[in-house]
Amino acid sequence: MRKPMQRRTILILGIVLLAAALLWMIFAVWPEWLVDTLGRKKTFVNTLLNGVTLGGLYFLVASGFTLVFGLMRNVNLAHGSMYLLGGYIGYEVAEATGSWFFGLAVAFLAIAVSGILLQVAVFRRMEGDELRQTLVTIGISIIAADLMLAVWTGTTYQFDTPEGLYGAVVLPVISVVKSSGAPVFIKYPMYRLMVLGVAVVVGIGLWLFLNRTRIGMMIRAGVNDREMLAASGVNVHFVFALVFAIGAGLAGFAGVVGGTALSIAPGEDIRYLLASLVVVIVGGLGSVSGAAIGALLIGLAEQFGLAYFPTYGVVLTFLIMVGVLAIRPQGIMGTR
Amino acid sequence: MFRIERKSGRYPLGINPAALLVVVFLIAYPMFASDFFTFQVGAYPLILGTIALSLTMLAGYGGMVSIAQMTVAGFAAYIVAILGTNSVGVMGLGWPWWLTVIVAILGAALLSTFIGAISARTEGIYTIMITLAIAVAFFYFVRQNYQIFNGFTGFAGIEPPTLFGVYWRDPTPFYYLTLAIAAFFYFAVRYGSRSTFGLGLQAVRDNPRRVRALGINVFLHRVVAYFYAGIIAGTAGVLLVWFNGRVSPGIVGVDMAIDILVIAVVGGMRAPIGPFLGAIAFVLLENFAIDLIDRERFNTVIGLAFLLVVLFSPDGLLGLWRRMESRIRLPRANARWGVRANRDDWHPAGSPERM
Repeated sequence: MRKPMQRRTILILGIVLLAAALLWMIFAVWPEWLVDTLGRKKTFVNTLLNGVTLGGLYFLVASGFTLVFGLMRNVNLAHGSMYLLGGYIGYEVAEATGSWFFGLAVAFLAIAVSGILLQVAVFRRMEGDELRQTLVTIGISIIAADLMLAVWTGTTYQFDTPEGLYGAVVLPVISVVKSSGAPVFIKYPMYRLMVLGVAVVVGIGLWLFLNRTRIGMMIRAGVNDREMLAASGVNVHFVFALVFAIGAGLAGFAGVVGGTALSIAPGEDIRYLLASLVVVIVGGLGSVSGAAIGALLIGLAEQFGLAYFPTYGVVLTFLIMVGVLAIRPQGIMGTR
Repeated sequence: MFRIERKSGRYPLGINPAALLVVVFLIAYPMFASDFFTFQVGAYPLILGTIALSLTMLAGYGGMVSIAQMTVAGFAAYIVAILGTNSVGVMGLGWPWWLTVIVAILGAALLSTFIGAISARTEGIYTIMITLAIAVAFFYFVRQNYQIFNGFTGFAGIEPPTLFGVYWRDPTPFYYLTLAIAAFFYFAVRYGSRSTFGLGLQAVRDNPRRVRALGINVFLHRVVAYFYAGIIAGTAGVLLVWFNGRVSPGIVGVDMAIDILVIAVVGGMRAPIGPFLGAIAFVLLENFAIDLIDRERFNTVIGLAFLLVVLFSPDGLLGLWRRMESRIRLPRANARWGVRANRDDWHPAGSPERM
């Protein structure tokens, strides 16, 4: 057996080497042999960026899911429905008022309220009975999907990208150098970069909230020992409702953000539920940093799968999940 | 080992007259029912019930709620279409029917074992999440894969064999075929639950840690249970593809997977008769709720039914029936069910440890 210290050194070395190789692949002009094996550099960089931004979107959805689970051990399988409902509500409000940002805020609030309702009406009534809670959320998601289909029909909705966020940005990344010597730079949609930025901001915000505020401290205490937290005089139900509101609100928020980057249509609820499930299984249930790592991995896997082996793309995601489960059943950042 | 005493002394010949009545009804059913009722309302719930039976076996006796049982059945259905003959012109290797069926069932059992091996290391709600993820991943995979699974379209024109001069897709013979298979697995599960393996599995469900301390291999018990469940679901999958005559990704979609869960939960997971009750209720709703409400809103109805059952009768129709029974015949019923009703029977294995 090697000492843990040495093992960690090797791991860090591996990550550094991988990062260096990736950076080189992004910024260097590709030599012939690399183009022959991987195809055009533009495809690669675009896929990479798509993967990272999709990972950001998945993080937005999955962080709420994992937050709720981490504190309350509630698996909310209606999380995908909340994503979709958030998207629809945001769309309606944005259409009516003409302001995308207002739609975003209303979607967040509306879904946060629905989360509180769910917590009070369902989860509080069957505390400790995890399986029943899970089954109830399945029932709710069936009904919600059907009712949303009734209200918004099977049409695909597409948001107008908010003012000041459309268009493409030119990245300081050279895709090819023309024979004349002029470099060609890669362009990328502004909005997608914004999605990534929002995900990073939300991630940092969550981290600060959990680690630097009094309520965050209560939440972390609740994750470790619910009974002791209640015994020390904290109103646990208030904390639970708050966390549920944040977790659900993030799903609604992601519904608008994701609905603008891609689109909203029936079936998206299942897609994002699956994404959240896989992300938290890979990253570790209940860990926000795990959700970030998982989301990045799954987003990248999905986009690279789509670009380089279209028919077997799903299998790649699946293989990552199986691999993680085989080596670390609790997930990358999970603890038992 | 201890034996569970069977209460056979109460009825003449040890047979419950109500059960006898049910058997006679089931056998006589096609004689007075129309073709539609024999095929759609008779055979179809038996198939769905058999698939749900495999879930009841896993969840009720093993504490593992697997959403991927429909995936296993659908996989068997796909194998029948791929190895046998179909009218689409993709794959359809034309193997003889018996070989196709054997390979389909074994293939399904292997897939189920594989799913079990992945998920059995985790417990409780993790199992639901992982099997759900597997089910959705399989759905997207068959929908995208055109070489083997013919993608979005799937396969059509799959026929059961004509054997002993009988065309097995005719309503009456098909009904008896499904009845025989469903009855076989029903009794197999009943018998199996009292076998050494079955008792071991229930012990694993109730307290994996204690069982592990006794030197019993918890993981192996779970995986073997998945293998048996795979055989049940796979066989039902073969029947399902013969019933439909076609197979497409929709059959392994989330809706269907959840339907199977709904059937198992609504029926009740404490006894192997539960899934069949659930399936009959489901199919009756599916066929006749249209008259009451819009066809489009069927999912709302089924979702509400599911929600009501989960909220108010966690052990399903079966539990409802038993509670009524115990209210009517209090003293004897308590002796029969009192002990079992108090124990939290299908609570996910391992959850007490995490609290």
